[in-house]
Amino acid sequence: MSEKQRQFLTGAEVVVQACLDAGATQMYGYPITPGTEVLTGWINQVDKLEDKMYLQTEDEIAAGFAICGAVMGGKKAFTATAGPGTTLMQDAMSMADGMRLPFVAIIIQRGGPSSGTVIYSQQEVNLAIHGGNGEGMRLVYSPSNLEEMYELTRLTFNNAWKYRFPSVLLSDGFLMKTRQPVELNFEIENVEPTALVSPEVQKNIRNIYSFEEELRLELENQEKDFNKMAEEVTKSESYKVEDCDELIIAHGIVAGAVKEAIEELESQGKKVGLFRPITLSPFPKDELNKLAKQVKRLFVVESSMGQLRDLVKQNLDSKISIEIDGLYRPAVGIESEEIIKAINK
Amino acid sequence: MAKEAKFCPGCGHPIVLRFLHMILREKELESKAVLGLDIGCSLLAWDFLPVNTFQTHHGRVTSTMVGYKRAQPNSLSFAYTGDGGAYAIGMQSLMWAAIRNEPITVIVVNNSNYAMTGGQQAPTSFKGQITDTSPSGCGDEPVFGPELVRQVNKKAFIARTAVNDPKQVKEYLEKAIEAQQNGNFAMVEFLSYCPLNWKTVGIETNNYLNDNLKMLFPVGEF
Repeated sequence: MSEKQRQFLTGAEVVVQACLDAGATQMYGYPITPGTEVLTGWINQVDKLEDKMYLQTEDEIAAGFAICGAVMGGKKAFTATAGPGTTLMQDAMSMADGMRLPFVAIIIQRGGPSSGTVIYSQQEVNLAIHGGNGEGMRLVYSPSNLEEMYELTRLTFNNAWKYRFPSVLLSDGFLMKTRQPVELNFEIENVEPTALVSPEVQKNIRNIYSFEEELRLELENQEKDFNKMAEEVTKSESYKVEDCDELIIAHGIVAGAVKEAIEELESQGKKVGLFRPITLSPFPKDELNKLAKQVKRLFVVESSMGQLRDLVKQNLDSKISIEIDGLYRPAVGIESEEIIKAINK
Repeated sequence: MAKEAKFCPGCGHPIVLRFLHMILREKELESKAVLGLDIGCSLLAWDFLPVNTFQTHHGRVTSTMVGYKRAQPNSLSFAYTGDGGAYAIGMQSLMWAAIRNEPITVIVVNNSNYAMTGGQQAPTSFKGQITDTSPSGCGDEPVFGPELVRQVNKKAFIARTAVNDPKQVKEYLEKAIEAQQNGNFAMVEFLSYCPLNWKTVGIETNNYLNDNLKMLFPVGEF
């Protein structure tokens, strides 16, 4: 790659660039740490442009519903939020679940419950995947580094508009503030947005049903569509899994520390691999089960009390009987030394 | 043509909706119109008129139409809601849409109770009104929506009328549409019938509207 394409950017700057390159034209948001930089970054980029806009709303609820309206009107609209903002965003995201709206949310995890910390966590996995009432289905990506964050943000928009499920780029406060040299050279054709409701077509769209059977049919179709999407979008990374005895499972930024730990453990003569779900939803179930059959132990590492572990357990084939240990450090960063110590314990 | 109403017999909603449709047809604006619906009795309008409609969530129709209008600036965007959606759970968004002078038209149907859920106290319930959640009589003064919204927006068209005054219903809807076409926020509150929850029959319903709602809530432009 040429020097020209090499840039020195923060995670927030990478996300904003990806949103622009994805063809997003509208952002609705409310300032909340550590997601604010995406809002301010977007505003700085589009303030003077006529074909792109932003609106700082009165709260996350209004931002979310304005996105629902904007995507129905055929605009690639998105928000960035965090923590308590992610909670409020569920109202609109639940409507997007029910109505199959291409709702895009950049969720920057911070510590919780409540206002918690403004820094970092991996505690919003459940909210990102299952935050609405009912059992709405969402596409959730968890990037591990900034270049991947760029690619996955682009894919979040593309797949939201292609498959019409609410889609989330799930990151965290550390990654968002990380500044590093990046080459943003992901080549992908953008999926063009189309209006769900427009003067050209007459439509009556509902999200409330008179009969149980009507809703059941709708949900059956949603599940069928989601499973079909899963075959096409599910992503994971397997690292040093050949002949490994133990398999560490981690997602997002934590996987970086796990890779460092694996190098060190290798030099100590231990065969440890990493399985990293890149889509947390749909979960890369087949890959997990394939690897789980060949190792003695699964070891989950995450900055939460066990949200990833629960996903692993849900997706593990019932015929596989395997020990699942883990290092659970809710809302704090995890360094490779801690992982090595925990594995060797 | 409009489909059969799903509203209760004697409900005021179809009066507002049919006048809205009549105006849209007269002005050849049917295809441009998009009617966002709040949850409550408003949701029953989802396939009532031959115009674009979509349901939203309770209290969220205003925010949704803010986004829709920003995506489709040439559309005629209506947020159709009850008094609970407008002045209780959706008050914050209603006020902010007005403060920002968003060019949308908010239609509030005020029947002084939460009708869809079976007649609970609403922000428009009047002092002493007996409801499911105020069995000893409502202790609060009602919210005067149009008067309140006027305080935060001097350009908007803001008015209140009653469904038993068809001339004014039509006039205010026309003015509210014109306001949006001129780039301004508009809101009209319609004092409306709810015989089911008022427990009134025949002419009693009209009397209840005249004797209670219209005595309390001034009609006119604000």
